[in-house]
Amino acid sequence: MPNLLAKGRLARWSGVAGVSLVTLTTMAGTVLAAAAEHAPDAAHGGEHASGGLPQLNPANFPTQIFWLALTFGVLYYLMSKKALPRVAEVLEARQERISRDLAKAAQLKEEAEAVLAQVEKSLAGARAEALTLIGQASAEIEANNQARQAALNADLSARLTAAEASIASAKEQAIANVRIASADIARDIASRLAGIDVDSAQAEAAVAAVIEERR
Amino acid sequence: MDPLHQFQINPLFQIVLGGYDVSFTNSALFMVVAVALIYALLVVGMANKSMVPGRLQSLAEVSYEFVAGLVRDNAGHDAKPYFPFVFSIFMFVLIGNMIGMIPYTFTFTSHIIVTFALAATVFVFVTILALLKHGLHFFSFFMPHGAPVALAPILIPIEVISYVMRPVSLSIRLFANMMAGHTMLKVFAGFTVLMISGLGALGFVTGLVPLAINVALTGFEFLVAFLQAYVFSILTCLYIRDALELH
Repeated sequence: MPNLLAKGRLARWSGVAGVSLVTLTTMAGTVLAAAAEHAPDAAHGGEHASGGLPQLNPANFPTQIFWLALTFGVLYYLMSKKALPRVAEVLEARQERISRDLAKAAQLKEEAEAVLAQVEKSLAGARAEALTLIGQASAEIEANNQARQAALNADLSARLTAAEASIASAKEQAIANVRIASADIARDIASRLAGIDVDSAQAEAAVAAVIEERR
Repeated sequence: MDPLHQFQINPLFQIVLGGYDVSFTNSALFMVVAVALIYALLVVGMANKSMVPGRLQSLAEVSYEFVAGLVRDNAGHDAKPYFPFVFSIFMFVLIGNMIGMIPYTFTFTSHIIVTFALAATVFVFVTILALLKHGLHFFSFFMPHGAPVALAPILIPIEVISYVMRPVSLSIRLFANMMAGHTMLKVFAGFTVLMISGLGALGFVTGLVPLAINVALTGFEFLVAFLQAYVFSILTCLYIRDALELH
């Protein structure tokens, strides 16, 4: 409640309140004095406690108005000059403190949010970096595997070719040996059965012819 | 036994000033007590000026903020300078009413001359305020806006009378409430005493009935004591608003 008790205005309106009270007291006093004069019985009735309502006994009016004006005037002075400004001061200080604390809290929150954003940003960076590293590594491994696979395949096919070649040469050898042996056997048979001496070239040609024929 | 005896004014010191009897009476004593209590509440309560208020400080702050809210809501923002006036009125009437709830005290708000003087102070204050604020334009207050001019001879007297009657209704409302409540408490208490003295042993049993009623009435009287102080200050605020805005 700021400015509730602004000094200049307060002084002015204290004056108005004071004037009201004084005017009133004077007016009421005059009227009541007249009333009391016209009702002398009632004025003395208060002492006997049998004159109806004590509130309506005009003899009491001056003292009531006098003490009311005095006490209320003092109360108004004390409240407006001493007591209320003190309360207002404390309330204002508290309000100020609260808004200052709130502003500080808002600022701290903002800072915390900035830090959080920073952390999240660096976290995202790290994650992206990790992903590229994983990608690179797996590509490397893949390439490595392929190279080794290719080397293995080449090695295997070379060995296969070599084996096939050696098998083929062995076969040739074996066939050649079989021809020579067949030719020898055929010469031997011919010499034993028919007594013909066939020379080895002739026998080999004959065996070759037969093999060609059976193939 | 007289239920009106409690309203009797008894002088404690004889004082005569300018021909008038202004003796310091039981009524004056409790006015002084009320002012002292209010001042003590605010000064002792706010002595520490704590950021986090204790009980008494809370009470002082609550009363301040309650009346400040009252002024803000009913008299408008321009009424801030008159806050101390309304606060003094509210606290004076409230504490005056509440002191009256303590047995053997005197309720100065049950006296028509006191409530009338207070109400008339409000009336004079508000009228001077309106005159200072609006000058002679103030008298347009008595002719409602938009009313046909032909009705002026009827409307203006009605408005003037209702304006002048304000302090009367304001004061009689408070005085009548306080006096009626306190008289009723005394009458019912008197029933119990009468039953005991008249019916003997039986009276102790039947006397419980008015006693029970009195307990309920006492609670009700506390409500009235607060409510009347509230009504008195709210009307003061509304009159201040009228003075500031002239409708």
